[in-house]
Amino acid sequence: MKTVVIGVIGADVHAVGNKIIEHVLTEHGFNVVNIGVLSSQEDFIHAAIETNAEAMLVSSLYGHGEIDCKYMRENCDEAGLDKIKLYVGGNIVVGKQDFKEVEQRFKKMGFDRVYPPGTDIEDAVKHLREDIGE
Amino acid sequence: MGTHLLVDFGSTYTKLTAVDLEREALIGTSKAMTTVKTDVLEGFEHALSKLKAAHPDMPDITAVSACSSAAGGLKMAAIGLVEELTVEAAKRACLGAGALVEQVYSHHLSKKEIKALKQADIDIVLLAGGTDGGNKECIIHNAKKLRDAALGVPIIVAGNKDAADEIEEIFDDSSQEYYLVENVMPKLKQLNVKEAKEVIRQIFITKIIEAKGIKKAERITGSIIMPTPEAVLLAAELLAKGYEDEEGFGELMLVDVGGATTDVHTIGKGFPKRSEVVLKGLQEPFAKRTVEGDLGMRYSANALLSLVSPFEFKRYYEYDNANIEASAKKRHDNIDYLPDTEEEKAFDEALARICCDYSVSRHVGHVEVVYTPLGNMYYQTGKDLTDLKYVIGTGGVLINNEHAKEILKEVNQKSDKKLELRPTDPVVLIDRKYILAAMGLFGQKHPKMALKLMKEHLV
Repeated sequence: MKTVVIGVIGADVHAVGNKIIEHVLTEHGFNVVNIGVLSSQEDFIHAAIETNAEAMLVSSLYGHGEIDCKYMRENCDEAGLDKIKLYVGGNIVVGKQDFKEVEQRFKKMGFDRVYPPGTDIEDAVKHLREDIGE
Repeated sequence: MGTHLLVDFGSTYTKLTAVDLEREALIGTSKAMTTVKTDVLEGFEHALSKLKAAHPDMPDITAVSACSSAAGGLKMAAIGLVEELTVEAAKRACLGAGALVEQVYSHHLSKKEIKALKQADIDIVLLAGGTDGGNKECIIHNAKKLRDAALGVPIIVAGNKDAADEIEEIFDDSSQEYYLVENVMPKLKQLNVKEAKEVIRQIFITKIIEAKGIKKAERITGSIIMPTPEAVLLAAELLAKGYEDEEGFGELMLVDVGGATTDVHTIGKGFPKRSEVVLKGLQEPFAKRTVEGDLGMRYSANALLSLVSPFEFKRYYEYDNANIEASAKKRHDNIDYLPDTEEEKAFDEALARICCDYSVSRHVGHVEVVYTPLGNMYYQTGKDLTDLKYVIGTGGVLINNEHAKEILKEVNQKSDKKLELRPTDPVVLIDRKYILAAMGLFGQKHPKMALKLMKEHLV
């Protein structure tokens, strides 16, 4: 069973989507470590190290995701998590922006998968299977 | 029925407490120097003769229970993976079992760290790392390193269960004594120290007591069943919880100011009290003990002084032209020192105040403000102890000090420490007769009577 860490990053308290993601990923046979809302990069990284997770799914709904996710890949590398897959989704930037550009920016920051608002979680499940396996 | 004798082989004194089982009353206490270097029973006999002389009509001794912190107490090394997670869980298991955590390591052990471990005077190593099903590479690496180091002390393995088989193979190939127990952090942030604590106590009873030269005493005292700090923690737990129809005190804090360390014990869940507070970090133990090795009245007096600036020290000490450093050094060099002048007494009180204040700062939970679009939220790390009802003081300095209650008020909330979740206005009680460790021991057999005696004699 593959382990993934999920959580809502930064000063963001949106708990509902977080619960849905946990539910769906568990249904699909993943070992989900949910660190919940108001989580820092360190919380994600520490959880991933101890649980040997292969992917982190970072949620952000309040618009400040880009700031909260800054240097997350570098911090993972620093913590020895150089192989971990990083996914991010939600309303991850301020205001309405062209998603293509947003996706590129986050990919440049080291994220493997970037999701626009309204994504079906099943899409992420499909990608997880491609990236880390069953 | 007779007398139940409770013995504490301490690092300096062997302390006796006698309980009359029929009258359900405390007969008295006595103490004499601990004699580990010659025969530990010499000091015991000396204290016993004092006790008998003071209480000639004491009923015959029909039962004896003993604990010990002699010869430096129980010293452990705690090893885990992430500092805030399995390392912290391992530390809490050691502290809860009454040990002093002398060495702490995270991630992969290096050659340098192994060298330090070899040189350190350690009784037991606790090896953790990884949640169940989580990281096992690190704990296996560390197990191999520890096997190769041949430290000559038992290793308790309390990490990822998936690594258990491989670790067994690693140690079975060597002469390393080891114990496999449940993971101290089986799931992220979940603390599970019960089995690790029990094994620590078993090793203490069977091995450590012998290594420390206290085994001889068992002819008279029977098994020395636990380290003294664990007895104190058990006493605090009994006092908080109550027993059958004898009510307890509810959530409480116990501060033990010693010569080398200051121990803080709290009994209580310490959950957030408001809905906008989010709990962070590793789960807190219901009975929590922390030990501050740099806060003490004698051996640690120098270390303590390095924590506070002279300006801060003045807040606790009213005398003007005193040479603070010399006074601290005098205490560090002469651990039996007793203050004789008003100035020196006030100096001791200042040290005690700092011990209480700083040790509680480190023990209690903290809040941190987070500004969110939905308004202010708070992170809470550690226990919220603001509603705590009782604070109990023990330890040589406090119990003999006429201003003990004033000194203990240092644990209260402070205007300059607003983000610390310290008690608000608890009732302060002092263990004047110094019976808490004894009652922790006594409570193993007679919980109700031990509880009644504590309620009677804590004043």
